[in-house]
Amino acid sequence: MKKLTRWLSKNLIKVYAFLGFTYLFIPVFYTFAFSFNNSGRSNLVWKGFTLKNWKNPCGAPDICMALGNSLKIGLISTILATVLGTLIAFALGRYKFAGRSTTNLLIFLPMATPEIVLGASLLTMFLNLGITPGLVPTIIAHVMFCISFVVVTVKARIASLDPRLEQAAMDLYANEWQTFRRVTLPLVAPGIAAAALLSFSLSFDDFIITNFNSGTVTTFPKFVYTAAARGIPAQANVIGSSMFFIALIVVVVGQVLSNKRKVKI
Amino acid sequence: MASIRGVSAKSFGLKDNKSALPYLLLAPGLVYLAVFFIYPIISLGQMSTKTSSGEIGQYKQSFRFANYVDAFLESKEQFSRSFIYATIATVLALAIAYPLAYAIAFKSGRWKNVLLVLIVAPFFTSFLLRTIAWKQILGEEGPVIKVLRGLHIISPQTTLTATSFAVVTGLAYNFLPFMTLPLYASLERIDPRTLEASGDLYANGFTTFRKVTLPLSMPGVVAGTLLTFIPAAGDYINAAILGSPSNKMLGNVIDARFFKIVDYPTAAALSFTLMAAILILVTVYIRKAGTEELV
Repeated sequence: MKKLTRWLSKNLIKVYAFLGFTYLFIPVFYTFAFSFNNSGRSNLVWKGFTLKNWKNPCGAPDICMALGNSLKIGLISTILATVLGTLIAFALGRYKFAGRSTTNLLIFLPMATPEIVLGASLLTMFLNLGITPGLVPTIIAHVMFCISFVVVTVKARIASLDPRLEQAAMDLYANEWQTFRRVTLPLVAPGIAAAALLSFSLSFDDFIITNFNSGTVTTFPKFVYTAAARGIPAQANVIGSSMFFIALIVVVVGQVLSNKRKVKI
Repeated sequence: MASIRGVSAKSFGLKDNKSALPYLLLAPGLVYLAVFFIYPIISLGQMSTKTSSGEIGQYKQSFRFANYVDAFLESKEQFSRSFIYATIATVLALAIAYPLAYAIAFKSGRWKNVLLVLIVAPFFTSFLLRTIAWKQILGEEGPVIKVLRGLHIISPQTTLTATSFAVVTGLAYNFLPFMTLPLYASLERIDPRTLEASGDLYANGFTTFRKVTLPLSMPGVVAGTLLTFIPAAGDYINAAILGSPSNKMLGNVIDARFFKIVDYPTAAALSFTLMAAILILVTVYIRKAGTEELV
């Protein structure tokens, strides 16, 4: 007993962290487990193990169309937001200029505005201008809320660089462009990749802003929300779980690649 | 992940460039934000003082500021509920996330990167699916309620879903990674030698935490609480899925005004009030906490 209390007081924080992670992952495991449920229309009660949902992920009506829309919106928004945000991050991270604090404020404000206000304001503008909500307004909205996150992520990476590396390149007679191309950009690249991954996951998972601006276009989160009223098909759990594993693989592969590069240097 | 590490990092080695280059880099992104963030907010402001022109969905500008009073009086209950729920959820998330971040920063050894990935990983399963999973876990068919009733901890009539408890824990759960990452970033930056120094000066573990660790991690606490409170105050998904009609938050009202009742001016007035209230709270909070540099 005494041994146990001593072990507990020594490892209290680790036990606590374990409980924290358990809490974080219970719904993820639950979603994964119920992707194997031999359910009918609704997926509420466990009815036995089956692989049929994984063999036929598009089995539920409209689910893969919704998934396709989400992937399309996510990819286009990610590319645009990453380019626009990275340019701003370089300006903020590398140059002194008048209007710096205004720029910082303009980047911070979208992150400090609740999604419902962002969604409602964009919808109001589109309606005023006579633009029908749909795919393009949704992409416009997603790029808007992703830019700030890209700026913050890439800027942090730029700030963490050792300025002596660039000075060394210049000392070795590289001009400004060569220094940027051969030294700065490769060093910032992991930050840009992280920002793109973040943008994609924000866009793919967004419901509130999308719901305001997508009109009749269905995305995966919209599909889940609408289906929730009458029972979510197990195929939604298959897609949710697959996204989880794909993202984990992307992160792990990225980590391994960057470790390899470090070893080379 | 890297984002929050640099939240308050001073950028150094800035070039004093007199050319137009920085402005050329800024222009596309800032113009985009002006057109698709600032201008829509202005549109929202204009909409909030309009009145119906007879037809459904058609409005004319009549500068009726009483829209705000009407909107507020009609939904002051949901308004205060949003802020109360968001505050409790933020405190709850801080209580869960701080030890978690502390363990990752100081006790995880070579598992640090793996654990950091695990903090963000649940994000990749759609948050709607996870919230609905909570509904099923806590619901009548779920395991939790059976165990609690079996042990006579709760009475057979008591439910867990469709309560404020479910909504608040749902909010705390959904925004937990937003709390954990900034906390980790500020804890990780603490030089372990400062903690050793504190011990050398005869401070015990608790005193070291209270006098050294906690003050040094304040930027993380501020960033984390903001990143949790702001989305929680505007959320309506948790209330819609885990709550009952008596747990509706302001977001639910705005959503219904837009899509069910088609009363855009009131919805706009409510959105504007929500945004203003949050901005005022955030400004006061940042002043009090003394961390000006957030971005």
